[in-house]
Amino acid sequence: MTTETAHTHHTAEELADLAKKQLAGILSRTEPLKPKDRLAIPAQEMPAQDPNARRKNMSEVASGYTADQARLEAMRCLQCKNAPCMAGCPVRIDIPGFVDAIAKNDFQKAIDIIKRNSLLPAVCGRVCPQETQCQEPCTIGKSLKDVEKSVSIGRLERFAADWERENVKMKAPEVKPATGKKVAVIGSGPASLVVAADVRREGHAVTIFEAFHKPGGVMIYGIPEFRLPKKIVQMEIDTLTAMGVEIKTNFVIGRTRKLKDLMDKDGYSAVFVGTGAGLPKFMNIEGENLVGVFSANEYLTRSNLMKAYDKEKAHTPIYSSRKVAVLGGGNVAMDAARTAVRLGAEEVHLIYRRTEKEMPARIEEVGHAKEEGVIFHTLENAKRLIGNEFGCVTHMECLRYELGEPDSSGRRKPVEIKGSEFIAEFDTVIVAIGNDSNPLIKQTTNGLNTTKWGNIIVDENQKTSIDRVFAGGDIVLGAATVILAMGEGRRAAKSINELLAK
Amino acid sequence: MNKILAKKKLSENVFMMQIESPLIASERLPGQFIILSLSDDYAERIPLTIADADPVKGSITIIFQAVGKTTKNLAKLDAGDKIANLVGPLGSPTHIEKFGTVVCIGGGIGVAPMHPIAQGMKKAGNKVVIIIGARSKDLVIMEDEMRKIADELIICTDDGSYGRKTLVTEPLKELCERSPKPDLAVAIGPPIMMKFCAAATKPYNVPTVVSLNTIMVDGTGMCGGCRVTVGKETKFVCVDGPEFDGHLVDFDNMMKRLNSYKKQEKLHDEKDCHLNQQIETARKN
Repeated sequence: MTTETAHTHHTAEELADLAKKQLAGILSRTEPLKPKDRLAIPAQEMPAQDPNARRKNMSEVASGYTADQARLEAMRCLQCKNAPCMAGCPVRIDIPGFVDAIAKNDFQKAIDIIKRNSLLPAVCGRVCPQETQCQEPCTIGKSLKDVEKSVSIGRLERFAADWERENVKMKAPEVKPATGKKVAVIGSGPASLVVAADVRREGHAVTIFEAFHKPGGVMIYGIPEFRLPKKIVQMEIDTLTAMGVEIKTNFVIGRTRKLKDLMDKDGYSAVFVGTGAGLPKFMNIEGENLVGVFSANEYLTRSNLMKAYDKEKAHTPIYSSRKVAVLGGGNVAMDAARTAVRLGAEEVHLIYRRTEKEMPARIEEVGHAKEEGVIFHTLENAKRLIGNEFGCVTHMECLRYELGEPDSSGRRKPVEIKGSEFIAEFDTVIVAIGNDSNPLIKQTTNGLNTTKWGNIIVDENQKTSIDRVFAGGDIVLGAATVILAMGEGRRAAKSINELLAK
Repeated sequence: MNKILAKKKLSENVFMMQIESPLIASERLPGQFIILSLSDDYAERIPLTIADADPVKGSITIIFQAVGKTTKNLAKLDAGDKIANLVGPLGSPTHIEKFGTVVCIGGGIGVAPMHPIAQGMKKAGNKVVIIIGARSKDLVIMEDEMRKIADELIICTDDGSYGRKTLVTEPLKELCERSPKPDLAVAIGPPIMMKFCAAATKPYNVPTVVSLNTIMVDGTGMCGGCRVTVGKETKFVCVDGPEFDGHLVDFDNMMKRLNSYKKQEKLHDEKDCHLNQQIETARKN
């Protein structure tokens, strides 16, 4: 089943002009906006690069609201007393508060409000699955019977964060006088960055240990430049460095140093494990180890971290593809498919065994992927991969599915249709069906309790089975989101700070 | 950190480097490897085995053949230069215990990673028989170091310029026919050599460990680029290995996977050759 591409493209200039006129109209009114008026303000479209142009570059696709657009979008908010949006936010940002500040043209106040609860607004505004979180219960969306018409809280969050970055000289948060205590943070993804900042603020020395040669975790190696510019992540890291956080790259805890040695030999009073869900799942089907079959992690790391998309400069090769199949329906699948488009593949097909409704990817990413020409096949899945005499994948045997009863996740379970096998030609297959937890820390740390899937077990304070060792993010949750990882980091930092205050 | 303390050319295209890295030097165990890259942006990450380490001096020794882009650039560095990124020790260490008689087969620069393993096996009280294989006499490395460890040392060259003119599998078979037969064989070298070593010991039921050096990006289990088929299962060389039961490894699949980027690398090389030629011509004129 193939689906058509989305609506016509409006240029950023068109959207800006339109917003300017609309805002002027509203500001010239004498009486205040009534709920009816707010409902009538058109939902602001996110300005984006032209789909045909962006198929050939790595630059960010969505360029962000103009101030006029942001204010108009913010004026759509009804300022509900019960603020259902806040209940949908994992870190409970005062959403009506910051949205109101944007509507009133006080962008500094808006970002100050956001920062009380979130440390990475420029990142979360871009990558959070808002339509299943804050925007899902939005009264405006409910009234218009379309979650895509909810107030675009995420875009407003991004606007406020970008506005601050571009207009205010950022100063590092204040750090309390040194306590003489040291905390080790393992990994440098979203959970770890939050722990590092929150713990450092209390005056403790913090060292981040990162296995790669660059910090940032999934925000650097996983999420592509066109969705999250690396300079934004780098700024967050620079802020930490300015606060005095030490970052040791090329350092694998469990190998370069054992976790317990950090406490027993190196003098760290507490350890936070935020190593993420880095162990790609494969499907255990025939032909999975053929040449041309990759995990999305590998494909994306080559392109994002190693910059293999820059074929002139990069020493790391990336597979030259003609016809690509991406297996999966999450954000990582969209990222891999859209990267393949940009790397010059003639055809990119996304294969998902449920329907589009069940796709875990953000609606915006699905829309962008379609606009860029990714061909969607739902209710299909790979059964077997077929190779040639050189061991390279050439074909994929697929199977069709239909939706059955809801499963444990509440989504209708895909059931295979017997005898529906068919064969399609592909020279590249990218597997994006999720990650298991990385086994390194578990394998090398006695006494660290994990679930049968290898996720570290923590209590409500993010404390693990080992004294003074805390964990959070995907290594606890399984593959989840940046915002959830951040929430866990916040909690862990609070526990660590309480422990060290004793 | 990561300063090159010494460099030595062992043979045409084969180099030894001693690199300052105190933590890796003290933590590393036989069988483990490192990943290095020569700059933060655009450089490639490549896995290399650790040939030796000196925890007192805080250094590790790597031995590599300048064949690819990164190893060629690495070979251009000298003592005093720094390696931008060096991470390790990675992989699970070799399982070392007293087995009895252990045959260690090192082919080409595979002798380098074999060195700490042979050392470990000897220290654990094993009788250690070492077979070194190379194309010709010039390419035999670490003979003196290995001779110090070996209870018996056999050298084979393809062209007969040194030692026996034969492949390593011949003396390996002979050893398997001895009574008592070896209790363990460990083979490290080109994939094809490891494949035939495993095939040679199979009929004699001599357990055979091989150490695989595959394509890798992170080396911590994150990318899965290093996966190999062992038995019917998919294993990651970086976290499940690098050592596996040689009788179960699908070497053909592994060798094909090693060639995944041959086409692109060739293009890159040709472009480089072309550039070099232009530079040469410019210099002459």
